[in-house]
Amino acid sequence: MSSIAIDAVSKIFGKTPALKDIALDIRDGEFMVLLGPSGCGKTTLLRCVAGLEQVNSGRIRIGERDVTDLAPRDRNIAMVFQSYAVFPHMTVGSNIGFGLRMKRRPKPEIERRVREGAELLGLVPFLDRYPAQLSGGQRQRVAVARALVMDAPVLLMDEPLSNLDALLRLQARADLKRLHKEVKRTTIYVTHDQVEAMSMGDRIAVMREGAIEQLGAPMEIYDNPATQFVGGFIGSPPMNFLRGAIRDGSFTGDGFAVPITRMRGDLQGREMVLGVRAEHITIADDGIPARVMVVEPLGSHALVTVLVGKTAVKVQAPIDVAVRPDQAINLHFDEATLRWMDAGTGSAIQR
Amino acid sequence: MRTRTERFLPFALLLPTIAFLTLLIVIPMVQALLLSVMAESDGLSLDNFQRMFADVNFSDAWRNTLLLLILIVPLQIVLALVMALLINSRFRGHGIFLYIYAIPLAISDLAAGILWLAVFTERGYLNSTLQNAGVIDQPVLWLSFDNFAGILSAIVIAESWRATALVLVILIAGLQLIPRDFFEAADLFGANRLRRTVHVVLPLLRPSLQSALIIRTIFAFQTFAVVFALAGRNMPVLAGEAYTWYATNRNEHVAAAYAVVVLGLTVVAIIVYLRVLGLREAEVQR
Ligand SMILES: Nc1ncnc2c1ncn2[C@@H]1O[C@H](COP(=O)(O)OP(=O)(O)O)[C@@H](O)[C@H]1O
Ligand SMILES: [Mg+2]
Repeated sequence: MSSIAIDAVSKIFGKTPALKDIALDIRDGEFMVLLGPSGCGKTTLLRCVAGLEQVNSGRIRIGERDVTDLAPRDRNIAMVFQSYAVFPHMTVGSNIGFGLRMKRRPKPEIERRVREGAELLGLVPFLDRYPAQLSGGQRQRVAVARALVMDAPVLLMDEPLSNLDALLRLQARADLKRLHKEVKRTTIYVTHDQVEAMSMGDRIAVMREGAIEQLGAPMEIYDNPATQFVGGFIGSPPMNFLRGAIRDGSFTGDGFAVPITRMRGDLQGREMVLGVRAEHITIADDGIPARVMVVEPLGSHALVTVLVGKTAVKVQAPIDVAVRPDQAINLHFDEATLRWMDAGTGSAIQR
Repeated sequence: MRTRTERFLPFALLLPTIAFLTLLIVIPMVQALLLSVMAESDGLSLDNFQRMFADVNFSDAWRNTLLLLILIVPLQIVLALVMALLINSRFRGHGIFLYIYAIPLAISDLAAGILWLAVFTERGYLNSTLQNAGVIDQPVLWLSFDNFAGILSAIVIAESWRATALVLVILIAGLQLIPRDFFEAADLFGANRLRRTVHVVLPLLRPSLQSALIIRTIFAFQTFAVVFALAGRNMPVLAGEAYTWYATNRNEHVAAAYAVVVLGLTVVAIIVYLRVLGLREAEVQR
């Protein structure tokens, strides 16, 4: 059993609180993604789990063991660094076997497992090369192999794909996902890329300013963002937001009115934010008036940016959509897909 | 298109260094080479080298120079390495240590020699301290001409005190060039402090170690002022003999021959270091 329990962990650098009372339980074998904008504390949380950073308060348990006060090497974890930290003075083979050598495993076992690790990541032809002779993608795989051969039940990864170019990243993303299915390590994966998070995570913890804003399965977070921040961070394009209030059966704001049929009575007149995803808006013959600003054909579909009142809204339209900039059009919002947030706090409101 | 200025700028920036090196190193070196193979009358000859080899002090100077090199350089490297690793571990107050270690850097080698003379001389600090503590009854003649071990130890201590800080500074700079991730990765993958140092830090420090060794070895072959201050001519060394032949015997040709021997030794040592410690081509990031 190698679940990870993060219990009320806080971390302060000087005067800046980097983690504020974080609680997070990660199940055995789970792929947990920490997602959030730069500076929100993802790396700090990962480093606290690794023991590279001391927590100011709270406890961290791995399996049944409280590791809060243990040194990194005693926590039985493996890690892939954002910079890879592949040792330049060792061959690929020595790098992969580094952890096993430090743990003084018998030589034949090291050789066998280095070979297995190299096979798993397609590095066999490069075993005798030095990292400087490898491409970025190959170096990244060495870092992953070095972590995997450790047989540590917990695998930590800090933006392992961020230094790869876009095409390679796509490939590596799929590779990592396949690897996780094969080896089933409990994994914490840090990224600021929401597509990566969506495609890889069993669950995603969306972080903001040192706190977890929402925790859930990818589609759950995508469909039901707990806050306006999450809705705006997850999805490409991000969720559209319109600010207004319900009056006389429609949600009315600056220069627009969206007809609403069902709504809790007590929400009448309250300042709210309406959230709607681009794929839930259709261009129709009648409905909410809007003006086209930009049309971006993206191959499979077109992304149309329109002005609703004074707010820019992104609409996902068929690729053959016949609209031009400056054209006046009408939009239809699928009412069941609309999300509501409090205008002040940004927190979701159930209707 | 690059402008003319841009093309010439690198050369312009290198010029002061090249001028400096030419004036103070290259020209004297060529002159020394020429002097050493020139007969006193005229024409080329190896007479000067023959006189040098026949000199009573030559074999002693040769032996002492190598002995000092073998004793001082490893001692300094090890001391500096320990100090550098200590400072780099960023314990509380590590900055103070750096300042204290660096003090000797500001003292000239002759001054350092005189300073240690005050320690080791017959009525020096060492003897008076030992006498006050009741360890010895009579002052010990540490630097007497027949106490070779005493002289040698004093010189090794003085030289180490004087020049270890130079090595230290080079190694600290080298340590700080190693990304923190490498230390952390070593830690995380199970290396304790000692194994991390042996398997990760020292190999990554090789370029700095190499620079430190080369600089220290060059200076060790030139050890002179400290030896002169502590031992006078009781401890002949190659650089000292060059000086004596020039200043006392007034024979610049034999002096130059000594200088050429020092130069040859230096070149050989540097080649060995580059071979043994140099980065393999494959390790160098392009
Ligand atoms: N060693 C440190 N010293 C001081 N502040 C730090 C340190 N590491 C991180 N921080 C601060 O903590 C916050 C979180 O940083 P980090 O965890 O690196 O964010 P992320 O990985 O999400 O981009 C940032 O405000 C950052 O400036
Ligand atoms: Mg980070």
